[in-house]
Amino acid sequence: MAEVIEVKNLKKYFPVQKSVIEVLLSKKIEYIRAVDDVSFKMEKGEVLSLVGESGCGKTTTGRILVGLEEPTDGKIVFKGKDVTKLSKEEFRKIRKHLQMIFQDPYASLNPKMKIGEHLEDPLLIHNIAENREAKELALQMLERVGLVPAEQFYNRLPYQLSGGQRQRVAIARAMILKPEFVVADEPVSMIDVSLRASILDLLMSFKAEYSLSMLFITHDLSVARLVGDRIAVMYLGKIVEIGETRKVIHHPKHPYTAALLSAVPSFLKREINIEIIGDVANPREPPSGCRYHPRCPFAKEICSKEEPKLEGKGHLVACHFPLDLDL
Amino acid sequence: MEVKNLATTVFKIPDVEGRWMVVSGLAMVCVVLIMAVFAPLIAPYDPTKSSGDVLSSPSAKHLMGTDNLGRDIFSRIIYGSRIVLMVVFSASFLSMSIGVPLGLISGYFGGKLDRAISMLMDSMYAFPSLILAIAIAAMLGPSVINAVVAISVVYVPTYFRMIRGQTLSLKSRLFVEAAKAIGAKDMRIMGRYILPNVVTTAVVVFSLSVADAILTEAGLSFLGFIVTAPTPDWGFELSAGRPYLPAGYWWMITFPGLMVMLLSLGFALIGEGLSEIYAPRRER
Repeated sequence: MAEVIEVKNLKKYFPVQKSVIEVLLSKKIEYIRAVDDVSFKMEKGEVLSLVGESGCGKTTTGRILVGLEEPTDGKIVFKGKDVTKLSKEEFRKIRKHLQMIFQDPYASLNPKMKIGEHLEDPLLIHNIAENREAKELALQMLERVGLVPAEQFYNRLPYQLSGGQRQRVAIARAMILKPEFVVADEPVSMIDVSLRASILDLLMSFKAEYSLSMLFITHDLSVARLVGDRIAVMYLGKIVEIGETRKVIHHPKHPYTAALLSAVPSFLKREINIEIIGDVANPREPPSGCRYHPRCPFAKEICSKEEPKLEGKGHLVACHFPLDLDL
Repeated sequence: MEVKNLATTVFKIPDVEGRWMVVSGLAMVCVVLIMAVFAPLIAPYDPTKSSGDVLSSPSAKHLMGTDNLGRDIFSRIIYGSRIVLMVVFSASFLSMSIGVPLGLISGYFGGKLDRAISMLMDSMYAFPSLILAIAIAAMLGPSVINAVVAISVVYVPTYFRMIRGQTLSLKSRLFVEAAKAIGAKDMRIMGRYILPNVVTTAVVVFSLSVADAILTEAGLSFLGFIVTAPTPDWGFELSAGRPYLPAGYWWMITFPGLMVMLLSLGFALIGEGLSEIYAPRRER
């Protein structure tokens, strides 16, 4: 299968805002390592679920991939081209292939713009269609995402729509450009539980139709399992485990993955109870060695000294003492 | 009942708090607007020619009395409203069309450009408005056009500050980010995504700055920077009537003064009312 996107050693460090006193004392600038050396590949038509607690850098990873954030270091190869080297204008042109669906449908639409205009705008920007043709395409898309009668929805303003309907508009806006790669940043976490399945179905139908690759960001392992061909688990800016969904869910190797699974055991053959000790470490001062070691019930001495590499065949894990479970 | 229906049906003003301010403000402004438009039909006498005794007190013949040259003050006030409105409106439109784009650009792009423009605007804002207007008007020389320029310069920073502040908060909103994600250029983001969200602010600032500009206009006119005799203008009437006040001829100065107050109050009420209507979620 054709490789669509490859991320190599991606890093994003955010400088920490210093107080006046710290500036006067010219203290060293501290960084939050939101994304720290992340690498993965995605194939055409593949869905990769990126799972992790809030603040682990999963959203930042997604934002970098669609060019909303500049990486501190690393490469993003999209169809053989390193897009991190492109100028702002060059990148703007390939944006139509890289789209994003945001978490909050209440904030992602312009309150003063009609629903129809939201869908026409991408077409106008990339000179795909104009005037009546653009309107026609927008109406078709509204119907496609189930906002019927399309003519009525076309003229509405965002405040007249429910959260689920707005997220459909946001999905339509991303999909109208027929992208090859989509980042879906927790697209259902703010939607009513009763509507989540239908929104996910809609996303998956687009995935099938355009055979697009999707990075599906979520904190919910059950959703990740549902949509992902593969799952990547992130902890404090690093991928700790990545592999086929079936393998990661039923044979987790990293204690963190196992702990997340024990929080949502309903779909497992047998329940496990692996706890996470304490809170997430401060990303300004990540723990030495394995970043998970202060919270890991299986940690040994080496864990605090040496950082484990992400290793394995197909199913990769970054752990000195990988688990061997059958769940 | 009557007023309420008129407000909601004709002027499309939402039935909310602050509405009465807009309605009463609009009423005051409308009185002056009608005066200006239909001046020849309403004014009983020629405003520039003597029409009776000198300095006669208000009576049925001369509603607001006559001035030191025997001209009917009521007629002069009616014609004077034309100059006031013309100067104030054109000045406010001019400062809006400069201040709003500057605020958008400065707030959106940020960085050094923003700092430079903000510094310029802040230094202008530091001057008391009337003093700045006088300085500019004195530099340019007395004429209606120059007065428009002088007054418009004074209010550019007001628009700038409000619009820049709003742009700053809007540009970090998710829908602007989403516009970037679909590939919108900066100009498009400013024009289609930010500008429509600051229009209501601009309208509110417009009415409040018009209210203030009326006072500034009267001040400039009082000092003779706008019109020359015998053209009628409210501020100019004030300065003409001033020497006669100690002798007891109160009407020369009272009526033009009241008119300045009425018009300014009208616009201030509209502005305050609109800001109340458009920002009802103040408690949050």
